[in-house]
Amino acid sequence: MAYSFPEEVLEYVFAFLSSDKDRNAVSLVCKSWYEIERWCRRRIFIGNCYAVSPQIVIRRFPEVSAVKIKGKPHFADFNLVPEGWGAYLYPWISAMARSYPWLEEIKLKRMVVTDESLELISKSFKNFKVLVLSSCEGFTTDGLASIAANCRNLRELDLKESEVEDLSGHWLSHFPDNFTSLVSLNMSCLGSEVSFSALERLVSRCPNLKTLRLNRAVPIEKLPSLLRRAPQLVEFGTGAYSAEIRTDIFSNLVEAFSGCKHLKSLSGFWDVVPAYLPAMYNVCSRITSLNLSYATVQSPDLVELISQCPNLKCLWVLDYIEDAGLKALSSYCKDLQELRVFPSDPYGAEPNVSLTEQGLVTVSAGCPKLQSVLYFCRQMSNAALIAIARNRPNLIRFRLCIIEPQAPDYLTLEPLDTGFGAIVEHCKQLRRLSLSGLLTDRVFEYIGTHAKKLEMLSIAFAGDSDLGLHYVLSGCESLRKLEIRDCPFGDKALLANAAKLETMRSLWMSSCSVSYGACKLLGQKMPRLNVEVIDERGPPDSRPETCPVEKLYVYRTVAGPRVDKPDFVWTMDEDAALRLS
Amino acid sequence: MENTLLGGGGGGGGISGGMSIVSREENNMAMSSDESSSYPDESELELGLGLSLGGGAKSKSKPTATAGPWGQYARILTAKDFLSVVSTKESSSSSSSSSSVTKANNNPSCGVKRTAEPSSPPGRSGASQVVGWPPIRTYRIQSLVNHAKSPMTEEITSAVDKWLLKASLFVKVNMDGIPIGRKVDLNAHSCYETLSQTLDNMFKLSVAVGARRSNAEEQVVMTRPSRLLNGSSEFMLTYEDKEGDWMLVGDVPWEMFLSSVKRLRIMRTAEANGLAPRSHERNRRQSIAPV
Repeated sequence: MAYSFPEEVLEYVFAFLSSDKDRNAVSLVCKSWYEIERWCRRRIFIGNCYAVSPQIVIRRFPEVSAVKIKGKPHFADFNLVPEGWGAYLYPWISAMARSYPWLEEIKLKRMVVTDESLELISKSFKNFKVLVLSSCEGFTTDGLASIAANCRNLRELDLKESEVEDLSGHWLSHFPDNFTSLVSLNMSCLGSEVSFSALERLVSRCPNLKTLRLNRAVPIEKLPSLLRRAPQLVEFGTGAYSAEIRTDIFSNLVEAFSGCKHLKSLSGFWDVVPAYLPAMYNVCSRITSLNLSYATVQSPDLVELISQCPNLKCLWVLDYIEDAGLKALSSYCKDLQELRVFPSDPYGAEPNVSLTEQGLVTVSAGCPKLQSVLYFCRQMSNAALIAIARNRPNLIRFRLCIIEPQAPDYLTLEPLDTGFGAIVEHCKQLRRLSLSGLLTDRVFEYIGTHAKKLEMLSIAFAGDSDLGLHYVLSGCESLRKLEIRDCPFGDKALLANAAKLETMRSLWMSSCSVSYGACKLLGQKMPRLNVEVIDERGPPDSRPETCPVEKLYVYRTVAGPRVDKPDFVWTMDEDAALRLS
Repeated sequence: MENTLLGGGGGGGGISGGMSIVSREENNMAMSSDESSSYPDESELELGLGLSLGGGAKSKSKPTATAGPWGQYARILTAKDFLSVVSTKESSSSSSSSSSVTKANNNPSCGVKRTAEPSSPPGRSGASQVVGWPPIRTYRIQSLVNHAKSPMTEEITSAVDKWLLKASLFVKVNMDGIPIGRKVDLNAHSCYETLSQTLDNMFKLSVAVGARRSNAEEQVVMTRPSRLLNGSSEFMLTYEDKEGDWMLVGDVPWEMFLSSVKRLRIMRTAEANGLAPRSHERNRRQSIAPV
């Protein structure tokens, strides 16, 4: 085109675009913009590893330096996805090893990563810098040893909640003596003890270390030694925070913490002995993030600590905090943006702590910046939900788990439809919602009507009929991920809204009433969806077509049916429908 | 249900303009012949589907979760139906089965270890029986259990027992010759027999990929006693305990097994030499390498 900018200029302009959405939009303008953009995109995000293949990605984007890939559906976190389902990293690494020799960053979530993959990473990418394995599994500490030994320029190694087979702590000693580039290390999910002297030396020689999250095996007495060697730390996770009460341990800790003038985030705190909490008080005024979700201490000790943290933005805590503690939180921490309250005794029949809906109401009233909530409790009322909605219309994430399935409003014994309805009506920016308690189709009507920005919805033990599902699929314009378990949703709503599924990343339905016949039909009619039936009872065609499937996972894809399925997963497609009917 | 809906928007906040459900041009109504904006009524959808939604006859009687309740799916289930489906459903011996709401073990030889179901009067104990509910990651549950164990007082030990009883206890299972391992929830079982049956089924499926089995064969599979436990199969069921030793499954009381098992391995009998039952020399490390 005579009047367009030279390529170099366009490329320069595109370099300012960091969001994928913007880059995708740019690619659609015309062919030459598509071409220029694809050559200069450096960061790739793949929200579902089966939505696309490594070959397709590499063909389109030849010069990539950072990759983020997500694998299993979210409900895999709760053991709803059988082991062996998929999400293997290896095919991606083997393809990228050939095509992206300068790859620097790999961030993964819910993928199966083997030691072989880790070794291949460590040997294929000469400038490898960042490895984040979030909720991954399939590897051992031997794989970590390869990374430590071979990645000379490694900056970040974060094992965030992965399930690692812990053969020994020896992997840490594989970092070479001249390795000094570490900026972030999170090994909190590991069980075994690493060589402490190796850890000390590593910390000493890495002057840029900003994040250090230890595992439980590092005892409290050893913390001062590490803190003294890394006073520049910004994020620190302790190990087990307990010892017999000794003044020398205490004073060493106080001194060591005082030296850390930049600490903003604290975590760890397994097995806390409350007497040692005050050792941190000197740093609390700067703390913005506190993860006390393993700290089994009572409310008064928690309140004492929290009252020292006026700049707190993010708090994760156990329900030991109780309503009283949350009231204190709401008065001391006016900057609070995120609150997560986990249950200390989820399987007990009776409440073991005095934490009710009131705590959440109080925080919603007192913390004007609160936008993200995850709350486990045993009772809820519509009145409380309405109050929360009115107090906090700026909520973005609201995940409520009332522990008893289908628990009604404890005051009126009615369903919680109007309460959640108020949430979606008032919180117009709501992007993520998890429901619980007794809910009828009505709540879905409210959600479909009001939750226009909702991107992810989690539903369990709710609804009366297909109408519920229909409201959601037809009303929620921004919906990307929908996960449903144990709801009486069946074929009609699913089939009537089949096209909607192409606008979403994925749909998960387990223990619902979707028949095998409907799955086949969906797969047949929608070739750009993978309709996966997951059923451990054996081939679905050995049962009547009207028989509901155990689990259904539907996702859009340009890669076609996958080739690495285990024997309890069937893809419904044209061939399947013809072959099996 | 549909009639009430079509009759009006209902209470506040209903979808405007009656049933305008279409938000996109090419609508989701791939199945129905009617492209209108009203909620597709039942008969049209049935035609579109080409499936008979009635009847739900089961062609064979099987003592599994696929029997009985599914015959009711001819109409749209309501919450009431759902609860009754749940309470009458027999337990499936599959570990991560969809019968997630109750795991009452009806096997007479083992006795019933649990009783409660969510359809019981509101407030109590329903949550404890459901897979993946409440939605808490395993590592969190484990760290709380570990805490409960540290100061070992009476009440706390019983709390730990309660946890072990009610929480899911997923362990990995690998079978020699099969690269992909599985996981099984040990707390879904109360005795070795059902565990073994489950594993029989789980790994038989992986051996017979895609094969359609005859009715007769399936029934034989279901009723025959497990081969894994009685030594008649070419495979043996073994487990790794907390001390890293590999033991034969079945030698110790079930509860003791639960508290010490780390993972399972279905080993070829030929390789299982030297596996000592627990009563013998515990100090002798097994030379069998874990998978």
